Amino acid sequence: MDKNTIIRFEHVTKQYDDDPPVLDDVSFEIERGKFYTLLGPSGCGKTTILRLIAGFTEPTEGNIYFNGKVINNVPPNQRQVNTVFQDYALFPHLNVFENVAFGLRIKKMKESEIEVKVKEALRFVNLEGYENREINEMSGGQRQRVAIARAIVNEPEVLLLDEPLSALDLKLRTEMQYELRELQRRLGITFIFVTHDQEEALAMSDEIFVLNKGKIQQSGTPTDIYDEPINRFVAEFIGESNIVPGKMIKDFLVEFAGKQFECVDQGFHPNEPVEIVIRPEDLEITKRDHGKLQVRVDSLLFRGVHYEICCYDQDGNEWLVHSTKKVGVGDEIGLHFDPEAIHVMRLGETEEEFEKRLGAYHEVNHEK
Amino acid sequence: MKSNTRNLYLIPYVLWILLFVVAPILLILYYSFFDIEGQFTLGNYKKFFTPVYLRMTLSSFWYAFLITAFSLIIAYPTAYLLTKTKHKQLWLLLIILPTWINLLLKAYAFLGIFGTFGFANSFLELIGIGRKQLLFTDFSFVFVSVYIFIPFMVLPIYNALEKLNPSLVDAARDLGASWWTTFRRVVFPLTLDGVKSGCQAVFIPALSLFMITRLIAGNRVITLGTAIEQHFLVTQDWGMGSTIAVFLIIAMAIIMVATGNRK
Repeated sequence: MDKNTIIRFEHVTKQYDDDPPVLDDVSFEIERGKFYTLLGPSGCGKTTILRLIAGFTEPTEGNIYFNGKVINNVPPNQRQVNTVFQDYALFPHLNVFENVAFGLRIKKMKESEIEVKVKEALRFVNLEGYENREINEMSGGQRQRVAIARAIVNEPEVLLLDEPLSALDLKLRTEMQYELRELQRRLGITFIFVTHDQEEALAMSDEIFVLNKGKIQQSGTPTDIYDEPINRFVAEFIGESNIVPGKMIKDFLVEFAGKQFECVDQGFHPNEPVEIVIRPEDLEITKRDHGKLQVRVDSLLFRGVHYEICCYDQDGNEWLVHSTKKVGVGDEIGLHFDPEAIHVMRLGETEEEFEKRLGAYHEVNHEK
Repeated sequence: MKSNTRNLYLIPYVLWILLFVVAPILLILYYSFFDIEGQFTLGNYKKFFTPVYLRMTLSSFWYAFLITAFSLIIAYPTAYLLTKTKHKQLWLLLIILPTWINLLLKAYAFLGIFGTFGFANSFLELIGIGRKQLLFTDFSFVFVSVYIFIPFMVLPIYNALEKLNPSLVDAARDLGASWWTTFRRVVFPLTLDGVKSGCQAVFIPALSLFMITRLIAGNRVITLGTAIEQHFLVTQDWGMGSTIAVFLIIAMAIIMVATGNRK
């Protein structure tokens, strides 16, 4: 096992009674000092993973390792992880100082030492001078910081964050994204962040696990997952995308929307049916005759940064375009895109098979 | 116009409070200044501070304290387990059910159970301890009182525990607290309001218990409640009875304020 691995899930399944499993045979590794995000829609099992790591629940099957030791049945108070809860779970009967000092008092630390550590933790989250405030006097963003201070003051090896930004307004949320990322770099510990917000995940993480229906769909860096989604679910969940059915004629040649296009994908069977992903920002509006695709504009929505233009080709495929150019509804326009913009997905491919195929044609490319 | 109609709605409540709350208290206060011959006197108050009545007061408080303490010890874990069960409403109903039965009936039932040839003694004989005098003891008095008051203690504590955010317990565990520490530092302080209301609901009525003292304790335990009953019904000394009632009301008011919520 890699020395850098701090948490390992081995075929972990979690099931309540006879319901379908919340987590279904999940295996993964978490490395020291990285920012991980568990991303998925509600009910996908991401919070269950967090609760398993924290020790609030036990796996039905499989093993969870922490620093190489199985911790399936270790109670939460004996684990070197701390959690920032979705609703912060600050103790309403204690003030800010006592909330942060809670964990230290349990360790029977000296009063003078507690004072130093609490002040330091509060300074870390920019809450100096708030020691004597009551919790109900703090705003949502401040409570959030208290919750983080209360967790990091115990110097955990892993910090778990359960959708901690979901209760904040948009501006504060963006600010906190920067702060959390910065905090993780300064502390140098592992963060495991749970969210259903793909933008948050892309902006903050070193590594993302995309989950759906109790299974990890894909894991990788934000750019990997955005540029090369493994399946329809990931492509649709992360960012916006145009997904159309197509056929892989041969290596580097794909057919969709009734035409053949040059692409950069390979490793498929000849004439294999596939799904094509093109991101809306990779589509460029041109004159009708200059475009690779000819479409008719159906609707136009001003999004601030760009227009969101919805078009249909003659086969009835919908094409979403993000462009700063304004077009009229009903206009016949052309769409241009580069071969690199086309991402081809094999139907029903698992993550393992996907990785293997990627690996295989990376080797081919190196030989060239 | 609007505030006038609102005042109209208030009339029945104000009348109710005047007739059934304020007037009786004033009447009790009035009677407490008359002796058995109907002469105005402060003698009743002087008499209250004699050792006989002071001892009675002390024993009232002592028994009320015992009843409250045992009720709390039994009710808190019960309420806690109740919040963890699957059919909460059913269990809660079963606990409340006995309060629908008349107090006298329950007291008589215990006369049968604790009697010389009752169920309790048969059981004691069976396990080799032998027949004991159970009825008319302090034990049976406290036991029956606790039995009667438990639902009133369980309910407010149950409500407080239900209101407690479960992620606070998770948070305490997460920060390294054992079950006991979590209870002591988080769960109990946050359900203290429920405990206080429960104690009020038990301690105050327990202070003026009288029927059970006679039926179960056989008048061996004389509380202020018994004394009031005796003065009104047996000795016909309404003045002295009222004086004791005045002190009881004062004591209750003090307890209400002392255990009241600061909010």
